[in-house]
Amino acid sequence: MATLAQQIVNGLVLGALIGLIALGYTMVYGIVQMINFAHGEVFMVGAFGAHFTYRRLLPEGTPWYAALPAMCAAAAVVSVAVAAAMERLAYRPLRGAHKLAPLITALGVSILLQEVVRVFYPGATAPLAFPRAFADGHLVVGPVMVLWTGVLALVVAPLLAAVVHVYVERSRLGRAMRATAQDPDTARLMGINLDRVILATFVIGAVLAGVGAVLYGIHYTQIDTAIGFQNGIFAFTAAVLGGIGNIRGAMLGALCIGLVKSLAGQYAWGGAQYDYVWVFVLLILVLMFRPQGFLGRPEGVRA
Amino acid sequence: MIRKSSAVLSGVLAMGAVLGTSACGADKTEATGGAGNCDTSKGTLVVGVIAPMSGKLSAIGLGIRNSVQLAVEQANEKCAVKGYQLTMDAQDDEANPDKGAAAAQRFADDVNVVGIVGSYNSGVARAIQPKIASSKLVQVSPGNTDPALSRGADFATAPKRQYENYFRVVGTDDLQGPFNARYLVEKEGRKKIAIITDGKAVGESSATEFAKEAERLGAEIVIREKVNENDSDFSSVLTKVKARQPQAIFVGSEYHIAGPLSKQAKDLGLAVPISGTDGLFDPQFIALGGKDGDVATSVGAPIEKLDSGRAFVEAYKKKGFADGFGGFGAFAYDAANVIISLVGKVTANGVWTGSPEQRTELVKQVQGYKTDRGANGLVGFDKYGDSVNKMFTVYTVTSGAWKDVLSGQFEAK
Repeated sequence: MATLAQQIVNGLVLGALIGLIALGYTMVYGIVQMINFAHGEVFMVGAFGAHFTYRRLLPEGTPWYAALPAMCAAAAVVSVAVAAAMERLAYRPLRGAHKLAPLITALGVSILLQEVVRVFYPGATAPLAFPRAFADGHLVVGPVMVLWTGVLALVVAPLLAAVVHVYVERSRLGRAMRATAQDPDTARLMGINLDRVILATFVIGAVLAGVGAVLYGIHYTQIDTAIGFQNGIFAFTAAVLGGIGNIRGAMLGALCIGLVKSLAGQYAWGGAQYDYVWVFVLLILVLMFRPQGFLGRPEGVRA
Repeated sequence: MIRKSSAVLSGVLAMGAVLGTSACGADKTEATGGAGNCDTSKGTLVVGVIAPMSGKLSAIGLGIRNSVQLAVEQANEKCAVKGYQLTMDAQDDEANPDKGAAAAQRFADDVNVVGIVGSYNSGVARAIQPKIASSKLVQVSPGNTDPALSRGADFATAPKRQYENYFRVVGTDDLQGPFNARYLVEKEGRKKIAIITDGKAVGESSATEFAKEAERLGAEIVIREKVNENDSDFSSVLTKVKARQPQAIFVGSEYHIAGPLSKQAKDLGLAVPISGTDGLFDPQFIALGGKDGDVATSVGAPIEKLDSGRAFVEAYKKKGFADGFGGFGAFAYDAANVIISLVGKVTANGVWTGSPEQRTELVKQVQGYKTDRGANGLVGFDKYGDSVNKMFTVYTVTSGAWKDVLSGQFEAK
C-alpha cells in the first residue's frame, strides 16, 4: 500500500513536469496544425538559460526565493527568444507549404539546437549539475515521501495550465487564437493578424516550457542536451493522448503517462526496463478506441 | 580502350606519388620545428585515439585524449621513434559503436597509423574489432572491461582468444564485479543487496559477476532491475527496490545514471550506499548526486600513490590541459607508450610501411611487451590480450570526494 501510494506520487510529479511541455505542443498544433518537434529543445535551452543565470549572473549565495524567480524569468526569456526566432525564421516562410515541410524543418531545428548548445555552452558535452535552488528535504505524509521540488511541480504545473486555459477562453488574444484554430482564413477576414496570433502561441508555449525546465532542473538536479528530446517525446505523446489541441487534455495526458510509467515499472511485466513500452501501449489503445484522444474533438476535414 | 584507361590510371597514380612525396616533405619541415633536435627525416606517424570526447562520458574521453597527447609529445621530445615525428589523431566516438567503427576503418586504411588507443566503451570496441582485424592494426584499449572482447562469449568456461591485434591495459569486469562484492559483503557486511543495471553489455556482465560472488559469500540479491539508458527519473524503480529493504545497491552503469540514482534513492528515504565499477569512479558522479558512503571499484591503484604515476600526474599538470585526466588517462598514457616504444623498435632498422606484415610484427611485439614502470606499474598482456596487472582499488565518497579505501591484486578463489 505504501509502495503504491509512493508510486502514484512519483508518477504525478513526472506527469506534471511533462505536462508543461505538452501544453506547448498542443497549443501550437491547435493553431497551425503543425507538430513542432523542436519544442522539446525550447524546454532544453530554457534549462540551460536558467543554469547560466544561476552560475554566472547571480551573486554567490543568492537565497532560493530570489534565485528561483530569477531563473524562471531567465529560462522563459531564453525559451521565448529561441521559439520566436524559430517561428519567424524556420516556420513562417513555410506556412503555405506542404504539411510535411514544417514537420521535417522542426526535426532539423531540433538537431540544430541540441548541437549548438552541446558545442557552445561550456561543459554541455556532459551532464551538468543543476543548482538546488529550492527548499531541500521532503514532505512526508505517512509512508510517502515527496521532495519539496516535487510538491512545487505538482502545484505550479496544473496551476499554470489552468491560467493558460482561462486566458485562452476569456482574453481577446485567446479568442483570436480560437478563431484562428477554427478557420484561419475567416479569422483573417475578421481582422485578426495571423502572424501575431501564431507568434503569441509559440511565446506562451515557450514560457511554459521555460518554467517547466527550471522545475525539472531543481527536481532532478541534472540537465543535459538530450533532456529536450526525451521529454519532448513523452510530452508529444501526452498531447496526443489527451487530445491534441486541447489544453486540459495535454495536462491530463501527461499525468496519465507519468502514472503509467511509474506503476508499470512497479507492477507490469518486465519492470522498469519496459516502462516506456506500457506508455506507448496505452497510447495505442487510446488511439484505437478514441482516435481524437481523451478530450479532443473528432477531426473533420477543414475547408 | 583498356589501354587508354590504364594509362590514365597510371597517370593518376604517378600524380598521387608526387603529391605524396611533397606531403612528406611538408611534414619534414614542420617536424623540425615541432620535435626539436630529433631526426624526423622519415616522416610522420600517427597514433589513433578513439574515445567519447563529447556526450555524457566526455570527462573520461577527454582525459584519454590528453594523456595520449602527453605520451606523444614526450616521445617527440625524447626522439623515441628515430627518424619519425609522431602525431595524434583523436576521433570522437560519442560512445556510439557506429562512429567508433567508422573512425577505426579510417585508421586501418591509413598506412601512417601505427596503432589505436581506444575505445573506452566495450560496445564501441566490439564494433571496432572486426573493422581492423584484416589490416592487423594493433589496438590497445585503456578502458574496455567486458571480458568477452578478449576471451569470447564463454569467457568463464571456454575462453578463446578473439583477435590477435586486440589488447587492453585494464582489468575486466569478471574480476571487478567480484572485487566489489568482496568489499561490500566482507568488509562492509552488507547481506541484502539490490542490483540495478542500464541494460548495456558492460553493466550486465559486471552485475552478473558481482551477483555470483556476493551469493557465494552468503549475501542475498533481493531484486535485480533494469532502467532505461536515457532516463532521468528513477523514482519508480527505486520505490520498487526500497520495498525489498536492501542494505546496498549495486549499479551496473556509469556515473550519469548512478549519480542521480544515488540522490533519488536518498530522496525516497533509501539512504543505502550505491556501489559500482569504474564507470562510477569520476568526480562528476558526486556532482550529479553521489553521496558520502557510495562505493566504486576501479582498475589499478590511485595514480598519485605510485612513483611512476606521480610522474605522469606532474607531467600532465605541466601541460596545462583544460580537462583533468579522468579515471582512464593513466591507462591511455600506458597504452600509448606501449605502441610508441614498440614502433620505435619495429622501425629501428627500416621504415614504416604500414603493411599488414609490419603491423603483424608490431602486434607480436606488443604481445611480448612487459614493464613494471608504466604509470600504473605493471603493464603487460596474457595469452588472451588481457592485462596481467589485476590491481583494483575500492574508493568511497568521503566528505564529498572520492577516497581510496583499499587496493589489491585480484586473486581468483
